[in-house]
Amino acid sequence: MVEIFFYIFAATALGGGLGVVLSKSPVGSLLMMVVSLASLAGVFVLLEAHFLAAIQVIVYAGAIMVLFLFVIMLLNLGHDYQQDLKWGAFSVLSFAVAGGLAGILAREVGGDWQIADGVVPPGGRAIDAAVREHGAVGAIAEPLFTTYVVPFEITGILLLVAIVGALALAKRNVS
Amino acid sequence: MEPISGVPAIVAMVAKVLGLFTILMLVVAYATLAERRISAWIQDRSGPNRVGPFGLLQPIADGIKNFLKEETLPATANRLFFVLAPMITITPALVVFAVIPVAAPLATPWGVVDMIVADVPIGILYVLALSSLGVYGLVLGGWASNNKYAFLGGLRASAQMVSYEVALGLSLIPVLMLVGNVTLTEMVWQQQQMGIWFALPLSLAFILFLISAFAESNRLPFDMPEAESELVTGYHTEYSSMKFSQYMIAEFGHMVTASALMATLFLGGWDLPGTWDNAFWHEGQLIRGFAEDGSVLMADAAWWKTLVTFGAFGVKTLFFLLVYIWVRWTLPRFRYDQVMALGWKVMLPTGLGYAMLMAVTILSLDTVGMTYGFTYGLVLTGVSGLATLAFLFFIDRGHTIAGAAALNRQRAHAARHARGDNPAGDGQVVLPSAVGD
Repeated sequence: MVEIFFYIFAATALGGGLGVVLSKSPVGSLLMMVVSLASLAGVFVLLEAHFLAAIQVIVYAGAIMVLFLFVIMLLNLGHDYQQDLKWGAFSVLSFAVAGGLAGILAREVGGDWQIADGVVPPGGRAIDAAVREHGAVGAIAEPLFTTYVVPFEITGILLLVAIVGALALAKRNVS
Repeated sequence: MEPISGVPAIVAMVAKVLGLFTILMLVVAYATLAERRISAWIQDRSGPNRVGPFGLLQPIADGIKNFLKEETLPATANRLFFVLAPMITITPALVVFAVIPVAAPLATPWGVVDMIVADVPIGILYVLALSSLGVYGLVLGGWASNNKYAFLGGLRASAQMVSYEVALGLSLIPVLMLVGNVTLTEMVWQQQQMGIWFALPLSLAFILFLISAFAESNRLPFDMPEAESELVTGYHTEYSSMKFSQYMIAEFGHMVTASALMATLFLGGWDLPGTWDNAFWHEGQLIRGFAEDGSVLMADAAWWKTLVTFGAFGVKTLFFLLVYIWVRWTLPRFRYDQVMALGWKVMLPTGLGYAMLMAVTILSLDTVGMTYGFTYGLVLTGVSGLATLAFLFFIDRGHTIAGAAALNRQRAHAARHARGDNPAGDGQVVLPSAVGD
């Protein structure tokens, strides 16, 4: 049952990714990206990472992609009646590089990842215990605000710097 | 008592899904009638009263009309997204209801059935995730129509819903801090344990959530995406027949879901006063509460308790639905910049400040060692009450709260001038607004 769902989600995630590249209109690309992100959220649910799945949808699919859509529509980017993708030597080269990367990845990961029936991987067991003790959110919040609080705060400062930088750039262009 | 399992569990699940979906669609259909009747009543008209007794069959007539009308497809519209958009809108509006507990667990001969379709561990986050996807339908519909008014409506929808999602999330933080978990069953349970519904201990969060929920479901005074005096009907200008109807069903579905959420988060959900109806799965047992020595008190589920609590949940939800309609026919629409200013300059700072205040209060109460319960709730009610008063006073800017007194002062001032004891001495009446009092 879980396996069937995994293949469905994996296929839609990959198909969505392809759709982003191959879609004619930017809005189509964006929707395909949303499909891909939502399918990834489905894979997270299968991995028992419910909180990550929810955050994936809330933050990426629900907020960031809406802003992308807003910008695409506001600037009226692209044309949905003509191909923006130009097929030439360069695109063949990029497909070759991407394919090579995928091959290396498959070779590294594709070894003996299959788990025998009835064996729970240790990571999964630890997650199960943490979720039972702290709830779906607490299992992530607890280490995030105790063990890893310094990296977490630094990431926050990094984002703040990025926002201030974006504001400064935007402001200079206006005046 | 054991939870239901096996084949009866599957039967119960199918029955719950079908039953809740039917009830939801019926409530949505009759909410449209209620809106038209109540608006008529507020505006001193009759409203639709011809189809059936009191117009009760009007929603069915509307449905048949929408099915039989011609379906239009603008020549320049993007065909795929134009058809897809209403579907994207209606789906999240209807599936969110799955995580809301609607009644106390039902005892059957095969085991106890939870009266919730899916008690997912992420609870309220599921609601936020799906409602944030709903905006795509509005934006895409506006864009795919290839119509300036529809497009502007779609742009407004995306900006407004992203803005108010922030305030909505912030208003939920105090609730999550108090409950300690994100599932809605646990939220109901913690309100039962406290003995006060969260509308009082977290009054400001309640107000912020109410305002954000209005904005999120695009209802007046926040219906900028379909402001009919500016944008024809906004993002669904080009839609007709059942596609238009899908947008309407989605809007009313949003209202019903938001009402049910407010009832669950702030009015105790299906809870009724007293501990007789309390029920919660605690380590595999259905318990009613904890005794003084920490041992569990078992709950005895009964069909009449389920029925009564379902009634309570329904009444609370319908109350908020009535508030939605009442507000729509009472308040005028905001200007667009006012909507944005309210969202970012008032709701966001207030939500942040209130979350901080509640965090400090809850932490101090826990540090002092006060046990979670009625007194705990009373202290929170006091602190929140002060915060709410300050917020209302600030947002009112001397219009309503101080308004009557200020008006009386102005009248007295005018009367003094009219009598002739004008400081300037020329006997001229000085208009109260020019006095600068």
